[in-house]
Amino acid sequence: MGEAVMKESRIRPLSMVTTGDRVHLVRVRAGRGLNSRLASMGFVPNVEIRVVSNGHPGPFVIIVKDIKMVLGRGVAQKVFVQ
Amino acid sequence: MKRIVAALVGNPNSGKSSLFNLITGSHQHVGNYPGVTVEKKEGVCVHKGHEILFVDLPGTYSLTAYSEEEIITRRFVQEDRPDVVVDVVDASNIERNLYLGTQLIEMNAPLVFAFNMSDLAKRRGLVFDLEQLSRLLEARIVPTVGSKGEGREALLDAIVETAREGRKPRIHGLNYGGEIEEELARVESVVLSQEKELADKYGSRWVALKLIEQDDEIVGKVQHKEVLDVVTKSVFHLRGIFRDEPEIILADRRYGFISGACQETIKNSVERRHDASDVIDAIVTNRVLGLPIFLLLMYTVFWLTFTLGEYPMLGLEWCFGRLGAAVSGLWPAGSDSWLRSLLVDGAIAGVGGVVIFLPNILLLFLAIAMLEDTGYMARAAFVMDRIMHKIGLHGKSFIPMLIGFGCSVPAIMATRILENRRNRLTTIMVIPLMSCGARLTIYSLIIPAFFTPHWRGPVMWLVYLIGILLAVICAKALRLTVFQGDTTPFVMELPPYRMPTPRSIAIHMWQRSWMFLKKAGTVILWISVVLWVLASFPKPAPERLVGLDREHAQQVALEYSVIGRVGRFVEPAIRPLGFDWRIGTALIGSVAAKEVFVSQLGIVYATHTDNNADALREKLQAHYTPLVGFCIMLFSLIATPCFATVAMTRQETRSWRWAAFQFIGLTVLAYVITLVVFQVGRFLT
Repeated sequence: MGEAVMKESRIRPLSMVTTGDRVHLVRVRAGRGLNSRLASMGFVPNVEIRVVSNGHPGPFVIIVKDIKMVLGRGVAQKVFVQ
Repeated sequence: MKRIVAALVGNPNSGKSSLFNLITGSHQHVGNYPGVTVEKKEGVCVHKGHEILFVDLPGTYSLTAYSEEEIITRRFVQEDRPDVVVDVVDASNIERNLYLGTQLIEMNAPLVFAFNMSDLAKRRGLVFDLEQLSRLLEARIVPTVGSKGEGREALLDAIVETAREGRKPRIHGLNYGGEIEEELARVESVVLSQEKELADKYGSRWVALKLIEQDDEIVGKVQHKEVLDVVTKSVFHLRGIFRDEPEIILADRRYGFISGACQETIKNSVERRHDASDVIDAIVTNRVLGLPIFLLLMYTVFWLTFTLGEYPMLGLEWCFGRLGAAVSGLWPAGSDSWLRSLLVDGAIAGVGGVVIFLPNILLLFLAIAMLEDTGYMARAAFVMDRIMHKIGLHGKSFIPMLIGFGCSVPAIMATRILENRRNRLTTIMVIPLMSCGARLTIYSLIIPAFFTPHWRGPVMWLVYLIGILLAVICAKALRLTVFQGDTTPFVMELPPYRMPTPRSIAIHMWQRSWMFLKKAGTVILWISVVLWVLASFPKPAPERLVGLDREHAQQVALEYSVIGRVGRFVEPAIRPLGFDWRIGTALIGSVAAKEVFVSQLGIVYATHTDNNADALREKLQAHYTPLVGFCIMLFSLIATPCFATVAMTRQETRSWRWAAFQFIGLTVLAYVITLVVFQVGRFLT
């Protein structure tokens, strides 16, 4: 059971989250420009992110603050969640 | 009458432009901001004795200094100091939309909120306590429905009222909490004492906020090093406490403020469910179906544009023919007045040759406006992104490139759908490689002349394919060199699908088409005249034309003209490509418009007047090998975009430099490739 909890709260890039999961943002590890752009679009610490489709290997569809967005895979790798 | 300046700001997809169209109707003016490619729209409206000038600022999520659009919006609010700033908010999505509002509050702008699409919000089960929310935001809030015209009067009233009150100090504003407020106070006091000018212009608190965010533009304006030292210390301190960039912490606090305000004032009676948008998305962005659906839609747009557009196009062609004949009729029959020739062969033929594309352009922009306003464009970009990303372009770049198969001019105009400047420039540069309709006239002259019916299809296909491949290679090469830089991280909103309003689509279509007509009336008119002069002067002595029929007289005259001479002059240079001076002359003429190549070659071979392509084909067969024929097509495909394209590139990039770069770059590329093909081909055959 302890392992399950561990797994749940493990910090990982958004690109590894499977379709349908809900996760929380820990931080964005990117340059200042992208960082600030994502922050203004609602990517602030602890916000809930719902993965609508992990379109491996292509872009990524998510819902943040009730808004549907597409992220490139490169961006999804820089967004860390738990 | 008192004049009020009102700036419209808001997130992309907040329905800002439909609200703008609703308020100002057709009294609009579209231009560009000096030095940048962002559109500038202004419109006037009269309300209860006040003349209100609306300035539609670019849609943004934020007011940082990271993008052209944000800087423009921010500067306008801070430096032009409009009497009122109207923040258009998508009421069905308050939280994210109000983020921009918090930054306007920080600027202490005289604010009015338009809660747009309030009908949609109601349907989603959102209930607002607007009175309470208005007290928290310290600004008037007006519910509107841009697409249906609801709330117009109330919004105008609120604008007039707010303008009358002017800027007033805020009572509470945003509080960032203990540690941050402490650092803010520290920075603010040093700004007040050392940077009087900045503090007076922008307000000391805002300057302090931007300095803590390490905003490049404001940091660059600071004169005294001591101020920056204080800022560095504060930033370091905050980083230590929060283990994150101050910028992010501030964004987090702003969102905190919003959710606090929303919690007290908004009731959500229904949980967001799967709505129609999600269902459509499941189909059109489907991994398997997405691409075929997109291609089918594009094919429909294409087909609509060039099939349906053909009839009005023929009509316009006929009109220009009649106009030419009517002007010609002012002179006695058989007269060779140069003025008649200038008007008919130069101006009317030149402008007519471009204006006949107007039906195409209208239809094309109609289709694009529909795709954009319904929200499908964002999905198309999503579907194409996987492929376009590989050549360093954005998913949306595909659309203008596809339009390029019809005509480069509207294609270049269509690159406006691309937000990123580097992507946009790269796309503009490679668009002429998509073989346009005018070049088809050259292929349909050459291919039957040199290739057996069996080979005609494959050769045509090969020419188009070479264009596409070169476009891909050039785009990639440009992104690695001239337009180097991060492939902009792909982050895009997928707005819910909406029914477009006929009114906004009509306005959209009309604005673009009007720009095209203006272009045809100015730059293209002048260039047509210049090329006419070059092809008509100097005239040979009359005795040299004695005894020649009309056809041969034209031939001699063209040979004698500047273009004919240039054709002869460049012959040594184009010899290695397999071209003689006749082809050279025709190629130079084709700079005016690609299809001119055919008529010029007709004049050079004196087969012009029979208007019989077969006569010209016979001459070509007699003079050239199929290899030369292929090289002509190759050169026409790649080289020298026509002048209308050059003029459009200049307009859209706002620089002759890029237009020249495109023109010269493609010509050099054409020369090199044709040279290699001809020399290798000759060696093999």
